[in-house]
Amino acid sequence: MENGQSSASNGYHAGSTLERMLRAGHFAVTGEIGPPQSADASEIRHKAALLKGCCDAVNITDNQTAIVRMSSIGAGTLVVQEGLEPVIQMTCRDRNRLAIQADLLGASALGMNNLLCLSGDHQRFGNHPTAKNVFDIDSLQLVKMVSDMRDKKIFQCGEDIKGSEPRYFVGAASAPFADPIDFRPYRLAKKVAAGADFIQTQLVYDVPAFAKFMDKVRELGLHKKTYILAGVGPLKSPGMARYMKKNVPGILVPDELIDRMTAAGAAWADKKPADMTKEEKSARMAAWKAEGIQICIELIKELRAIEGVAGVHVMAIEWESAVKPIVEGAGLFPRPQV
Amino acid sequence: MIVAEQKPLAEMKTLINGAENVLVVGCGTCVTVCFAGGTREADIVSTSLRMATKLDGSPQQVTHSTVQRQCEWEYLDIIEEQVKAADIVLSLGCGIGVQAIAEHFPDAWVVPGLNTSFLGLPTEHGVWEERCAACGECLLAVTGGICPVARCSKSLLNGPCGGSENGHCEIDPDVACAWQLIVDRMSSKGKLDALLEIQPPKNWQNSRDGGPRKIVRQDLRLVEFED
Repeated sequence: MENGQSSASNGYHAGSTLERMLRAGHFAVTGEIGPPQSADASEIRHKAALLKGCCDAVNITDNQTAIVRMSSIGAGTLVVQEGLEPVIQMTCRDRNRLAIQADLLGASALGMNNLLCLSGDHQRFGNHPTAKNVFDIDSLQLVKMVSDMRDKKIFQCGEDIKGSEPRYFVGAASAPFADPIDFRPYRLAKKVAAGADFIQTQLVYDVPAFAKFMDKVRELGLHKKTYILAGVGPLKSPGMARYMKKNVPGILVPDELIDRMTAAGAAWADKKPADMTKEEKSARMAAWKAEGIQICIELIKELRAIEGVAGVHVMAIEWESAVKPIVEGAGLFPRPQV
Repeated sequence: MIVAEQKPLAEMKTLINGAENVLVVGCGTCVTVCFAGGTREADIVSTSLRMATKLDGSPQQVTHSTVQRQCEWEYLDIIEEQVKAADIVLSLGCGIGVQAIAEHFPDAWVVPGLNTSFLGLPTEHGVWEERCAACGECLLAVTGGICPVARCSKSLLNGPCGGSENGHCEIDPDVACAWQLIVDRMSSKGKLDALLEIQPPKNWQNSRDGGPRKIVRQDLRLVEFED
């Protein structure tokens, strides 16, 4: 599509595959690609090839964890060339309202039409902790700004966009289990009111807790106003599961899943890592990964049964090869054509 | 108040390097209250510098004086002679005090002995925390008296972000999540609904982003107006 003009007349906000998939009532699948810390295009092409056909669109992270990487829009251009649809991630950490709008005009002109609006991880966590951050606007104001660029044809300052407006299918994130937990559905409501067409959630491992969150979301009627994609990701090892449970805010990992991951490596449980051969280590890793994929498949099936869940966002960063078996295992392959 | 911290002695020594006569100037306001640059600290710093430079084998004359308020020119007149006699003035005032001395005594060479940290208050003895970012457009009425510009690590106006956990910010367990505090306070006042309003992008023109700031109060000016 040249740009959004055609979609304005056909009833779609942007007319992206992701939007059409959701509007058609299909259970959507999005994936995620973390761009390299280099100018290496082949890495993006390789990852895109692994995800092509099993995801309706793939998020391209924007300096994730505040580490400098190839830009989301640059990597997104490569993804488009590979025949895959990107969801550009845009954070408020590194750009002010001028830079964000300029980049979004550019990305739209390059054919990108899905956007995920984020505040951005604080630079304290990244590889340039001495940097100045921006945070001119926040993620919610970003959602509103981009929606207004599309629907009102105005820049944030109120001036008209003369000529083609950027037309994005606008997304926002939700962290259902972060504190203050009771406020989370209301913050989601604010994002929807600001114009979020779709929502991708933080990783869900605790389905009953998520179901409780969704109860409130439905009570507020939000599932009728936006498409909610539940975040899932395969566990790689019991250590990773324990680390996330302990250290990552807003991620709940039930002990039962940690136990399952531990049990998957039970055959090697009485061996110290130092005494294990390379072959034993890779066999244990394969057993863990197989269980991680199996758990992810089960999570997707359970999440799909929750009313108001319109799709899943599969986050398998640096393990993109896991996505296809997960999507297949969950009965979501091949993807419908829209 | 303005909260400041002393620079390390080694850095102060570098800053006064080469001067025969050094005048340490303390300030009787904010930095006295936060124990960074009052009379007591000016005395300790000048004594420490005298001892340190003597031990190094190149002793420097270091005297000290404290003015009531370094950030107003008129309070600086009483140190005029001492400033003239000094090769270097080491100010233990905040950044405003350093510049006030430089402006008032153009012939003097003034260096900072403090790092001016933030606008805040003591939360317990020996602990100071930031409270205000001097953004020029106060939003405290909409956030229950807790400032997200100064106290949220990302200055979010529509928080909280996903990094809030058990009341603290993900950047540091010692940093309170401003949005947890805001949500709690608004809830306790029965005003949670107010947080459902979307706060629009902030006008940062009144903040430092709009360039150096200046306030002119014609009603207080002493200049005569032309007809």
